[in-house]
Amino acid sequence: MEFGTLSIQQLLSGYQKKDFKPSEVAASFLKNISDKNEKLNAFLQVRPDETLSQARALDEKMSQVEKLPLFGIPIAIKDNFLVRGWQATAGSKVLSGYLSPYTATSVERLQSMGAVIVGKVNCDEFAMGSSNENSAFGPVRNPWALDRVPGGSSGGSSAAVAAGLATVSLGTDTGGSIRQPASLCGLVGLKPSYGRVSRYGIVSYASSLDQVGPFSRTVWDSARVLEVMAGHDGMDATSAKRAVPRFTEELKAPSKKSFTLGVSRSWLEGVDSDVAKAFDVAIEFFKKMGGKVVEIDLPHTQYALSTYYLIAPSEASSNLARYDGVHYGYRTQSAKTSEELYSKSRGEGIGREVKLRIMLGTYALSAGYYDAFYLKANQVRRKIQEDFEKAFTQCDFVVSPTSPSTAFKLGEKTDDPLKMYLSDIFTLPVNLAGLPGLSVPCGLDSNNLPIGFQMIGKPFGESELFSAAHQYEQIRGEFPVADMAKGRG
Amino acid sequence: MSLEKYEAVIGLEVHAQLMTASKMFCRCPNQYGSSPNTNVCPVCTGQPGALPVINKKAMELGVRAAIALNCEIHSESVFARKNYFYPDLPKGYQISQYEKPFCTQGHVVVQLKTGEEKRIGITRIHFEEDAGKSNHEAYGTLVNLNRAGVPLCEIVSEPDMRTAHEAGQYLRALHSILRYADICDGNMEEGNFRCDANISVRPVGTEKFGTKVELKNINSFKFVEKAIEYEVQRQVFAIENGEKIIQQTRSWNSAKNVTEVMREKEQAHDYRYFPEPDLPKLVFSSSWLDKIKKEMPELPQQTSARFKAAFDLSDYDASVLTSSKELAKYFESVVSHSKNGKASANWVMNELLGRLNAASKEIDSSPVSSTQLAELIAKIDSGEISGKIAKTVFEEMFATSKDASSIIKDKGFVQISDPAALENVIRKVIESNPSQLADYKAGKVKLLGFFVGQAMKETKGQANPALLNELVKKFLDS
Repeated sequence: MEFGTLSIQQLLSGYQKKDFKPSEVAASFLKNISDKNEKLNAFLQVRPDETLSQARALDEKMSQVEKLPLFGIPIAIKDNFLVRGWQATAGSKVLSGYLSPYTATSVERLQSMGAVIVGKVNCDEFAMGSSNENSAFGPVRNPWALDRVPGGSSGGSSAAVAAGLATVSLGTDTGGSIRQPASLCGLVGLKPSYGRVSRYGIVSYASSLDQVGPFSRTVWDSARVLEVMAGHDGMDATSAKRAVPRFTEELKAPSKKSFTLGVSRSWLEGVDSDVAKAFDVAIEFFKKMGGKVVEIDLPHTQYALSTYYLIAPSEASSNLARYDGVHYGYRTQSAKTSEELYSKSRGEGIGREVKLRIMLGTYALSAGYYDAFYLKANQVRRKIQEDFEKAFTQCDFVVSPTSPSTAFKLGEKTDDPLKMYLSDIFTLPVNLAGLPGLSVPCGLDSNNLPIGFQMIGKPFGESELFSAAHQYEQIRGEFPVADMAKGRG
Repeated sequence: MSLEKYEAVIGLEVHAQLMTASKMFCRCPNQYGSSPNTNVCPVCTGQPGALPVINKKAMELGVRAAIALNCEIHSESVFARKNYFYPDLPKGYQISQYEKPFCTQGHVVVQLKTGEEKRIGITRIHFEEDAGKSNHEAYGTLVNLNRAGVPLCEIVSEPDMRTAHEAGQYLRALHSILRYADICDGNMEEGNFRCDANISVRPVGTEKFGTKVELKNINSFKFVEKAIEYEVQRQVFAIENGEKIIQQTRSWNSAKNVTEVMREKEQAHDYRYFPEPDLPKLVFSSSWLDKIKKEMPELPQQTSARFKAAFDLSDYDASVLTSSKELAKYFESVVSHSKNGKASANWVMNELLGRLNAASKEIDSSPVSSTQLAELIAKIDSGEISGKIAKTVFEEMFATSKDASSIIKDKGFVQISDPAALENVIRKVIESNPSQLADYKAGKVKLLGFFVGQAMKETKGQANPALLNELVKKFLDS
């Protein structure tokens, strides 16, 4: 039997009916990974014995399917999460061979509810990138077209699910790193509200922006993963002390069926025409559901890119100082002085894009520049938040395409960082404002490449977001899967 | 010598380790002396993905310090990262406070040897985590992270001190207050109370500060005073010789009694401070602050005032007895058992402290416990032994740590209060001194003392002095 394209819901129902057992499912995924990963380069580490032993332990508990909301669900974890016993490279040579001494809270919660880890997946180095071409372990390819990128930075996470090599996966999103690859791979990708999910155990890139979120085939699956892993964590002082709704329960009986969508036309200028068309089609569906569209103004989003590229690199320059060759990770062999130990370990272990951002951030925080850059950027950040606050007095969601284009070719944007950065133009402001953002597939372009529709919710408004997206999904109908996910090999 | 033409300007920065059970941002024990790198976890070793969580007890102790040092407490403050690379700093930054510390503008009043008081301003107190420890060995540097993440308060004074003595007294006052309020154990040898001094000199009568020199890590009160004294002289002589003071960091060499250059003006270190994004703003609710104020332990000045009132002590006695928290505690314990404040004060100050000083011992390691001393005082008050014998007994107690009762029993020191027994002795003394008796009878009444003394000698000092006096007089006059 083929499990690769099944949703969590379908797998759970199969387990309930005893159609198959977790070990069969896990073995099938492991087989597909070993067959297909060579083409994709999505998986950086698999531990078949460990995966199968976890799955077999669940075989013995078939009666508990209903008690474990992720019973036997194969999940892939981005390699910037720490999972005890697994490596955590964050896509960097400087952490090559680093073995996690503890497990991230989010992963621990998923595991305790029955999720089975099938592998750690590739990503841009330290989650910095929009194409997964910045990984020290080579680029990931898009299952929809192998000469194209899967998006980034969670490119391994999106490729794995899109190729049917995991039912769901975890990624991190600092400026779009879940939503953009979800969009480019035809998946549902959620960046929860800042503080919704614990960051404990994810390799920090930009602490005030980083959030953990799932990739899935359906909105229901996304809701299921979030409801299991969300909630306050005593190990993360920035995790919110807020009750976590039973999102999947809420989906059974939607309390609201028509939504007001806020669109800022000036913000949307310059998107590819296929993308713009698909976006309009999605909006039509919402109108069919009884919803309406209002024009909103987000005047400060034009500064989102520059704001993001001051705040994120500033925090990163400090967060990444620990990778110095002294305590763990890559250490140069040629240092003669302690000064050299630092500069060479970091110089040799850290890749180009990450160095660029570290230098950017170091500069922005330097004495004499702090006020003009870091401080000013935070003031603008507040303005962007206020734009959204104002918009939400007029609408339920702010919507946009997730990315201005569909999956681009490998190497197409690597020479031009600014062009690359523009891939995240619609996702960055959401992180700056700390809001939940969901990307849901809304069409295919003329090259048969998926297009994503981004819905931005109110702070901690995931319930409404899921509800609306779930209803949209019903009307839209089943979304196609990449050919690669269908058969073996 | 032209020292008197100059005035020193001294400011101190004190790092006080907070007496919490666990570290500032993780649950590892805050414990000195464990095997290297055993009190560590992903957070304090800076593993990827590990995040800090604020230790509320540390905040409480900091607030106590702020109250004790008369500071203005800010209900909102911000943790900041201080970025620099060093092997014992595993994250590559230290979590501290920078632009918005939790309190500012305090002061402490210190006693000077002239008898005057001086108010020393406190600029700010902020929280920060300690770094680990680098041990430089011949074959390389070993890093011990047990101390990494231990909670500290950095207490920064205003440049209000003008002499080494003032600096020393300020430091002593701070030390005593922090110990009284159970904020910091003050152990300087373990590095739990560390002091850096900023020193400059300027011609008397001028306002402008001279170039300052930073003296690092001076680990005793005595050295602080000596080091500052030396440094002030060094700077004055340098200026008088036409040299320029160079901004530098120096350390005290206690073997040579000189300050030495550690490093020249640091190459404009830019710590790139910015608000710690892993921690929310530090917010103190007014109810929480009130609770801490209410539960504030007694401070030295309060204890001193209480002693004066309760036990009728002089300013001086009260200040001696409250000079350390341990001594005050010891004294209070003696009083509570002996029920005699005045006598307890005298015994502690005159007999105990003198002997402890001579033996270079602290009150904590006194061979005579407070209850033992109280027992001795009670025995004088009950008439079981005389004050004179008590001194002999005390000497024995100090030497052997034995109880007064067992020494009295072993040595037969019990006071003789039986009139019949004393009468026998008196009769014998009078009989063997006929000429003195005649003189007494002839009117030389001063000789009473002679007979009492002889009788006391005969009883080896064990006679009840009042009773003996009375009986001798009765015999002589009969």
